[in-house]
Amino acid sequence: MANLVIAEHDHGSLKAATLNVISAAVEIGGDVHVLIAGHNAKAAADAAAQVAGVSKVLLADGAAHAHRLPENAAAQIVAIASGYSHILAPATPYGKAVAPRVAALLDKAQISDIIKVVDADTFVRPIYAGNAYATVKSSDSVKVITVRGTAFGAAAKTGGFSSVETLAAVGDTALSSFVSAEIVKSERPELTAAKIVVSGGRGLGSGDKYREVLTPLADKLGAAMGASRAAVDAGYVPNDYQVGQTGKIVAPDLYVAIGVSGAIQHLAGMKDSKVIVAINKDPDAPIFSVADYGLVADLFEAVPELAAKL
Amino acid sequence: MHANSQYRGLRSRKLRAEFSIVDSVLALRKLPAFGDIVKVLVPVKRVVDYNVKVRVKADNSGVDIANVKMSMNPFCEIAVEEAVRLKEKGSATEIVAVSAGVTQCQETLRNAMAIGADRGILIETDAELQPLAVAKLLKAIVDKEQPQLVILGKQAIDDDSNQTGQMLAALLNWGQATFASKVEIEGGAAKVTCEVDGGLETVSIKLPAIITTDLRLNEPRYATLPNIMKAKKKQLDIVKPADLGVDVTPRLATLKVEEPPKRKGGVKVADVAALIDKLKNEAKVI
Ligand SMILES: Cc1cc2nc3c(=O)[nH]c(=O)nc-3n(C[C@H](O)[C@H](O)[C@H](O)COP(=O)(O)OP(=O)(O)OC[C@H]3O[C@@H](n4cnc5c(N)ncnc54)[C@H](O)[C@@H]3O)c2cc1C
Ligand SMILES: Nc1ncnc2c1ncn2[C@@H]1O[C@H](COP(=O)(O)O)[C@@H](O)[C@H]1O
Repeated sequence: MANLVIAEHDHGSLKAATLNVISAAVEIGGDVHVLIAGHNAKAAADAAAQVAGVSKVLLADGAAHAHRLPENAAAQIVAIASGYSHILAPATPYGKAVAPRVAALLDKAQISDIIKVVDADTFVRPIYAGNAYATVKSSDSVKVITVRGTAFGAAAKTGGFSSVETLAAVGDTALSSFVSAEIVKSERPELTAAKIVVSGGRGLGSGDKYREVLTPLADKLGAAMGASRAAVDAGYVPNDYQVGQTGKIVAPDLYVAIGVSGAIQHLAGMKDSKVIVAINKDPDAPIFSVADYGLVADLFEAVPELAAKL
Repeated sequence: MHANSQYRGLRSRKLRAEFSIVDSVLALRKLPAFGDIVKVLVPVKRVVDYNVKVRVKADNSGVDIANVKMSMNPFCEIAVEEAVRLKEKGSATEIVAVSAGVTQCQETLRNAMAIGADRGILIETDAELQPLAVAKLLKAIVDKEQPQLVILGKQAIDDDSNQTGQMLAALLNWGQATFASKVEIEGGAAKVTCEVDGGLETVSIKLPAIITTDLRLNEPRYATLPNIMKAKKKQLDIVKPADLGVDVTPRLATLKVEEPPKRKGGVKVADVAALIDKLKNEAKVI
């Protein structure tokens, strides 16, 4: 049995989610190979070679992979797929774009967002916004999987000494091309990997208030910042702040939900947090049903007080 | 619509000669180039309404969806709305909605037609359909209908798979733009802004192509009563998977479905000081 992990990276380093996927691959058992499809991505390959549990790194370096276009990545993966029993990618926008394409090219099912490895053929995955967990068994010879990062620990970044093998970069499908990107650079920890998340909802009222009220608290706690869909839709914060069924899944040690009502779609993204705090002026808000500590208060008074007293 | 339609009134008078040059220049500049007016296919799934909190069956065989409200998957509504907007802008000719599943999916198709789809196709089956099978069924429909664009939802909110669009793109060897928050058709390509980690990324995909919708692409309109009535008269064809030569046998067997672990009830704290005390001394997270 051999596992191929599709790394998510920025050519220079690995994205945190890749480490969780490597852990899932190690749990499945057998060799763990990591594919870096990138451009001038030697540094990312070298980083992968040091990750504990990795037995080999494959570097497909070429202009076709400069913008990580899914059509090209999938063609590259399919070109090297034979011999692997499992192909795994993170359940991030990148992994979700690539993995189903790979699966269909191989005429295999794809198993989305696994949270548990039962055995090499059997996995647990949430359905219905996490309101049910399904145990599914695959009858395919190759399992193409996306992994929910929060459900698996991160593999250690060092301790491994695997070789880096260079492959011919194939897969310039010319089906799509990169136009532009607007990526928000943040000094804060990455939302899905943060130990503490401070999250705001429509109760904040505006983007200015969101920043004015939540930033001091997040700074004090060294926290990442998240949001409900309503806050994103209203333009308070960029789309990648959204926590939930259709946004990011987080499971920090501490999740502080402020002015968030707790719709099932939001709970789907944060209810596996270790400790949940809710601050909401409505004592009946559903968020209190999952909160370890609930504070019924006006957030505009309670949050500045909390930040000041910490 | 033609860019020169505003001159139609003038044309009937004698000013036509003066305006004809202007007309042709405008026509060259504004009319979409050949190939930019596309036929759009929109796959729509019937799912448990997003407001329903489903219950796991006592025998752990699945979730109980008998007698719960069913609706069109919200991301599919966004897909239909986007197709209708493309048509209203003159970028789309015909919109064909397709649904695979039980007889009642006809309601979902009527709903799509009430939003503005021109006709519907039901791929009727009681069999369990997994994304690969749906993608194969849709490919068969694409082969027949020859659309230049297929707009799907990014994810069905029942299975939460997020696969079908990408699989269909693979089977057709078409380009794909997933999690779209903005779509423009121009020059034989679709320019699509996609939601990615860290922000937004814009790609250009050659037509024919696949797009999957994210929440912020648009806000679907409500179907008006007259449009609901009109939708009842629109064409709805029914085919079977076997007619399309597609084997829909599932590749994944569901062994069991369980309730997720429940969080034990928490406490309400009196004030900020009490909250800090709990976080420091009981939970020990700060
Ligand atoms: C297909 C689909 C997918 C979705 N996916 C997601 C998702 O991924 N993530 C997500 O979050 N949502 C998602 N939603 C939306 C979800 O259903 C809710 O609409 C959304 O989560 C509500 O956001 P909110 O809690 O910020 O707003 P609201 O529900 O409006 O809640 C605002 C809260 O703020 C409180 N408040 C107001 N003022 C104050 C004050 N001064 N002090 C204290 N409290 C105050 C109110 O009491 C209220 O509880 C999805 C919906 C659909 C249909
Ligand atoms: N049975 C179906 N009939 C029509 N369209 C479907 C069906 N299943 C999935 N789709 C389409 O594929 C999208 C993604 O679904 P999924 O891959 O199951 O999450 C949906 O939003 C639909 O556009």
